[in-house]
Amino acid sequence: MYNKEVRGILIQGNKSYGDITREVLASQETKAPLWWYAAMFVGSVMFLAGIWAIGMTIYKGIGLWGNNNSVAWGWAIINFVWWIGIGHAGTAFSIFLLVLRQKWRTSINRAAEAMTVFAVLAAGLFPMIHMGRIWDAFFIFPYPNTRGLWVNYNSPLFWDVVAISTYLFTSAAFWYLGMIPDLATVRDRSKSKIKKQIYHLMSFGWVGSAKSWLRFEVTAVIVGGLAAPLVIAVHSIVSMDFATSVFSGWHTTIFPPYFVVGAIFSGFAMVLTLMIIIRKEFKLQDFVTDSHLEAIGKILIFVSLIMGSSYATEIFIAWFSGSEGEMYTFFHNRITGDYAVQFWTMVTCNAIIPQLFWFKKVRTNLTWLFIISIIINIGMWFERFNIVITSLSKDFLPANWVEYHATTTEVLIYLGTLGLFIVGVLLFMRFIPMMAMNELKMVNKETSRD
Amino acid sequence: MKKYWKSTEELLEIKNQDQVRKVSEPEFSIDGLTKEEVKSGVKANRRDFLKMLGFSVGYAAVASSCEVPVRKAIPYLQKPEEVIPGVANHYASTFYDGHDYAGVVVKVREGRPIKIEGNELSSITPGGTSARVQASVLSLYDGGRQQHPLKNGNKTDWATIDKDVIAGLEKVAAANEKIVILSASVISPSTKKLFEDFKAKYPTTEIVYYDAISYSAMREANKLTFGKDNIASYHFDKADIIVSFNADFLGNWLSPIEFAAQYAKTRDLTNGRKKLSKHYQFESYLSVTGSNADKRIPIKPSDEKVILLNLYNYIAAKSAMATVKVKKSPVKIKNLAEELLRNPSKSIIVSGTNDVYIQAVVNAINFLLANLGTTMEYERELLTKQGNDRDFENLVKEMNSGKVGALLMYNVNPAYDYYNGSKFVTGMKKVGLSVAMSQKNDETASLAGYVCPDNHFLESWDDAEPYTGFYSLTQPTIRPLFDTRQAQASLMKWAGIEGDYHSFIQKFWEENLYGKQTEFLSFNDFWNHSLQRGVFEPGPEEKECPVYDFTFFDRAGSKLGEVEKSNGIEAVLYESIAVGAGNFANNPWLQELPDPISKVVWDNYVAVNPKYAEELGVEQNDVVKVNGKLELPVFIQPGQPNGTISIALGYGRNKAGKVADGTGKNAYVLSQLKNNSRQYLINGVTIEKTGQTYEVVSTQTHHSMEGRRIIKETTLSEYKKDPKAGNEDHHELLEELTTMYPKHEMPGARWGLSVDFNKCIGCNACIVACQAENNIAVIGKEEVKNRRIMHWIRLDRYFSTDGEGLNKDVEAENPEVLHQPVMCQHGDNAPCENVCPVAATPHSKEGLNTMAYNRCIGTRYCMNNCPYRVRRFNWYRYVNNDEFDYNFNDDISKMVLNPDVVVRERGVVEKCSFCVQRIQEKKLVAKNEGRELRDGEVQPACVQACPTKALTFGDLNKEGSKVSGHFEDERSYGLLEELHTLPSVVYMTKVRNTKETGNNNTERVWDEFAP
Repeated sequence: MYNKEVRGILIQGNKSYGDITREVLASQETKAPLWWYAAMFVGSVMFLAGIWAIGMTIYKGIGLWGNNNSVAWGWAIINFVWWIGIGHAGTAFSIFLLVLRQKWRTSINRAAEAMTVFAVLAAGLFPMIHMGRIWDAFFIFPYPNTRGLWVNYNSPLFWDVVAISTYLFTSAAFWYLGMIPDLATVRDRSKSKIKKQIYHLMSFGWVGSAKSWLRFEVTAVIVGGLAAPLVIAVHSIVSMDFATSVFSGWHTTIFPPYFVVGAIFSGFAMVLTLMIIIRKEFKLQDFVTDSHLEAIGKILIFVSLIMGSSYATEIFIAWFSGSEGEMYTFFHNRITGDYAVQFWTMVTCNAIIPQLFWFKKVRTNLTWLFIISIIINIGMWFERFNIVITSLSKDFLPANWVEYHATTTEVLIYLGTLGLFIVGVLLFMRFIPMMAMNELKMVNKETSRD
Repeated sequence: MKKYWKSTEELLEIKNQDQVRKVSEPEFSIDGLTKEEVKSGVKANRRDFLKMLGFSVGYAAVASSCEVPVRKAIPYLQKPEEVIPGVANHYASTFYDGHDYAGVVVKVREGRPIKIEGNELSSITPGGTSARVQASVLSLYDGGRQQHPLKNGNKTDWATIDKDVIAGLEKVAAANEKIVILSASVISPSTKKLFEDFKAKYPTTEIVYYDAISYSAMREANKLTFGKDNIASYHFDKADIIVSFNADFLGNWLSPIEFAAQYAKTRDLTNGRKKLSKHYQFESYLSVTGSNADKRIPIKPSDEKVILLNLYNYIAAKSAMATVKVKKSPVKIKNLAEELLRNPSKSIIVSGTNDVYIQAVVNAINFLLANLGTTMEYERELLTKQGNDRDFENLVKEMNSGKVGALLMYNVNPAYDYYNGSKFVTGMKKVGLSVAMSQKNDETASLAGYVCPDNHFLESWDDAEPYTGFYSLTQPTIRPLFDTRQAQASLMKWAGIEGDYHSFIQKFWEENLYGKQTEFLSFNDFWNHSLQRGVFEPGPEEKECPVYDFTFFDRAGSKLGEVEKSNGIEAVLYESIAVGAGNFANNPWLQELPDPISKVVWDNYVAVNPKYAEELGVEQNDVVKVNGKLELPVFIQPGQPNGTISIALGYGRNKAGKVADGTGKNAYVLSQLKNNSRQYLINGVTIEKTGQTYEVVSTQTHHSMEGRRIIKETTLSEYKKDPKAGNEDHHELLEELTTMYPKHEMPGARWGLSVDFNKCIGCNACIVACQAENNIAVIGKEEVKNRRIMHWIRLDRYFSTDGEGLNKDVEAENPEVLHQPVMCQHGDNAPCENVCPVAATPHSKEGLNTMAYNRCIGTRYCMNNCPYRVRRFNWYRYVNNDEFDYNFNDDISKMVLNPDVVVRERGVVEKCSFCVQRIQEKKLVAKNEGRELRDGEVQPACVQACPTKALTFGDLNKEGSKVSGHFEDERSYGLLEELHTLPSVVYMTKVRNTKETGNNNTERVWDEFAP
């Protein structure tokens, strides 16, 4: 067999197991740096602003948003899809790279999975507050009742509820499960009695016996195996909210794969953003090496190409179908027309700029990587904007054509979810081992070769 | 009990236990404290805790459950015989507000009138209504009505009023000074008799009629040329060629509900009819009527007379009559004149201009074309417009010179709607006794010494004679809500006439009308029968057809041919379709009713066409000053002729109530008096930009169909060749129609609605009818701006020239207009139904797309997936919310709510239900009577209100039903049927009587216009 060393030693610095533990846990065993408090403050303010905006929405009504009779979905749904997309990275990292035998994932998957959980939490907020009568939100669950009411299994929104809640619980379980041995390590190292007690509870009394390890690994594989199809399912189903409808620009069969790929795209970009910060601030460059980041960069080129071809396919099919509605939506409302700026922002950010990663100089330059990873997430936000708004604002009957403008309330809610995400990630940095130490130790002094 | 012990320790233990037991310590002591607890000084114990817990939980429960107030439904102690809770009573009545007449049926639920429908027994307005008639029921519950009499602005009682007014009148009469009753047009013969009786008591009384929208010149011209001081009957249904000059006869002119019905008959293509009238409209602003015309010719107001005289000359020359010297017509009239001459007595020429000479020429043309006796006749004279501009102007002069001793005003508001309101006001101050009998303490009444608030027509007895020989009755449907008194009752009191007005009417009917029939042998039977039917139509007496007095031409001399030169900008002041002449300004339904053409709500504006706006250098929303006195925003309105502007009347009230005050500006200040007639077409207007902007809000902002086949149209000749013309794609689609899914089973009824584009004129009556029937919220200008209007049925209006085929001038001045009512299409494969996660909008067994408001959680997915965009969301709480202080925020106006339709909560989606409550009601009636539903028995509110019967509703499963016939008509198609929504609504292709349609319709082009 052709056997090539694709990547060098995964963990630099010739570390001992003790070094790994010490260095990874340094973030929680030392005093939090000033920037952490600053970021926490900013995140909390954003979060509180979001809470206020949500409160006002619930108190006064959805009328506080910019939606109207034609554009009934707006920023709330854009942000929902955007967050769900970001929430793809963790599980995708753990599962797909596991399947692909990419061992370099071990230093990244914990953070990615944490990100998933917070992103899905943020995403899950939107369908809730988006409801006109949030106090009746439980109607959406198929619970037995004397009135004989039942949910509508035909509705993609119901599929959403099932898919997202399953995904959230499975991702959280998978994330937590992988954390147990590390939590036990934290427990064993803590000097404070309370902390010890808490981590003792959290690690379910892990003792690290051979039997425990055996069970642990088997369970991880099973849960991971269950989560893998969910990654595909959840965004496919989110895409069906659009794909099963009748509107031009929504009613397309390309949506499920297009959405999943888009989600991985934004998720990986977000992982990149986050890992660059973490490795720099917590000095974990030995674990998340430049070659890790380069690997993500390479994946992003590939995914970006898929995105570009998806956009092209959509446009081609719109033309090929000969449907006047499709033609109008793509050629007169997106490519040119009122939403051209948003469309071209999407294309530039998602399909063109990531092509810079073809250059090794770019994909190994941290500043470039960081900037482009953020650009990708901006582009992905605009992609969702394009999909949700353009199709709704100019539909079949021109008499109903309306522009949509978001209001302050909607912007604040979005900022609030960003705040929630930031606060979540910051807490994660301080209280949970940021990298899967047990897995790192398994690949210590190994190369990526299997 | 014997105890065994195994060791001494155990024995000790047993002994101890016995000892413990001996010290009796009750588990529950009286005070609830054990000795230890007492000793240790504990204040609260377990019981106290439980008490506290119980109290606090109970209190919290009580406090939180206070949210839902207890509302008691108190049963009748003695139930009135005719009231059955839950069952509506209907009373025939008559609507007449001094402007429009309609025979109506009032729906009353538990003593509250809640809806007005057209009276199908009326031969004048058979079942038809207008937006304003529909909305008049809300005006009954208008909190802005004057709720008690006033003396010098202070609250008083009727006894004081009567004492003072009688004393005042007697003093004036004794001094032999003039008493003037200033009234809007009165069509009640009893009231006229009452005026006479009043005159008998006070001989110095003079009666002056004043209308805000005056037709006085028309009557004067009729008197001068035909010797008839009244307005003729027009029969548009008998006309093959309709030529209208600035007469908006489908919207506001004379008797629009009646004319709309007549007009629709000439545009009907159902039942095998293959003939259309040809409608020419020469007009100076884009009216509803003009929007329906086959040929619309935009003209400047100053050109109207020239064109008419040229037309007259051409026809007169052919008839060997004298011609009038006039300059050349700006448009070719030869072909039109020839066409008219070819069709004698089958045409109708009308003009809406209040100018004696114009009206005289119109009469002459009609006379020469032998239309008298067919499309226009004087046997049945129209009595609804009696205002006399000359009399009123004289009155104002007399008032100012102090010659009027007493002024009794009934249903007029000249301080607001006269061209020189301030002069009237100064005159009023010189009148010793001024009494206002109007429903509001309005601009005029508030200046009067005495305000005697009049009843609403739904609280009153009255009669009406809109046409000679056609009578109808108004009956009260509720006791007066406020301390008001009908004006006639006041006049009777002051004239010392005994009895009430009800018996006065009865007496009048017994003396004057009972004899006109032979069917009933007792007056009582006759009265009851007439009251039940609402109308009594013995018909007019036969009269000789008058002959045109051509000596008028000699008398008029050069004035006839004299044409005012166009002097700068010309302005058209027109009556708003929504708020009318201004008397309906405080009606939130009408304020939020989109204008049929501009779709603007809550404002009036200066309409300028896009090209002319460029010339003037003004843009949309620029505030301009017209004639230096009226500041209004500009609205870019295609269809407005070059060199002209138009402004709606009826806005800018400041004492009409919370809704009206401050919306728009009063354009009456621009009107003028010329040759003793009120002028609404103003020459030589100036416009200055003020530099400010003001946003005008409309419900539709895109005006082109983008070439999509939304409203299909064809020409008459094409249609005659092939009835499928224009609708070919529907028939192709039918062949391809296929599905994998089983069809819905609808064993019983399957409801369907057809919309005939040839009959729909875009009058908006259906919108208000729907709003009244279905408790639809008014949301205010700001929310309409956010594009959240709640109407369940809307009228989409498209301009069909989009600058690609025709030159820009035509697009600006003369676009083709299409109106399309869009309501829920109740598709059998409705996209909205599938996507609701909680199944709140299922399909019924009768083909209805239903809404379960209780189940809706407001995901709005259905709205997104509705290709017709007919679903509406409750963005805010529109009920009991001070931010939406229209008609859902106070107890009085909430009385108009239909108890059969739930008021929707915030956060739920709502939409057209095909008036399912009406379907259920009629089904129950049929079931109780043990019969099948009759075709046409169920009529949703929109269908009922439609004056032209453009909408047909019925059971598609019933063989031979009218609507199933329409569904099979070759003109019918479903809107967006290519999406396979299988709609239960069909639209019937519009057939125009033109050579071409749309962009190819070169007849729209000014240069090639050759009628």
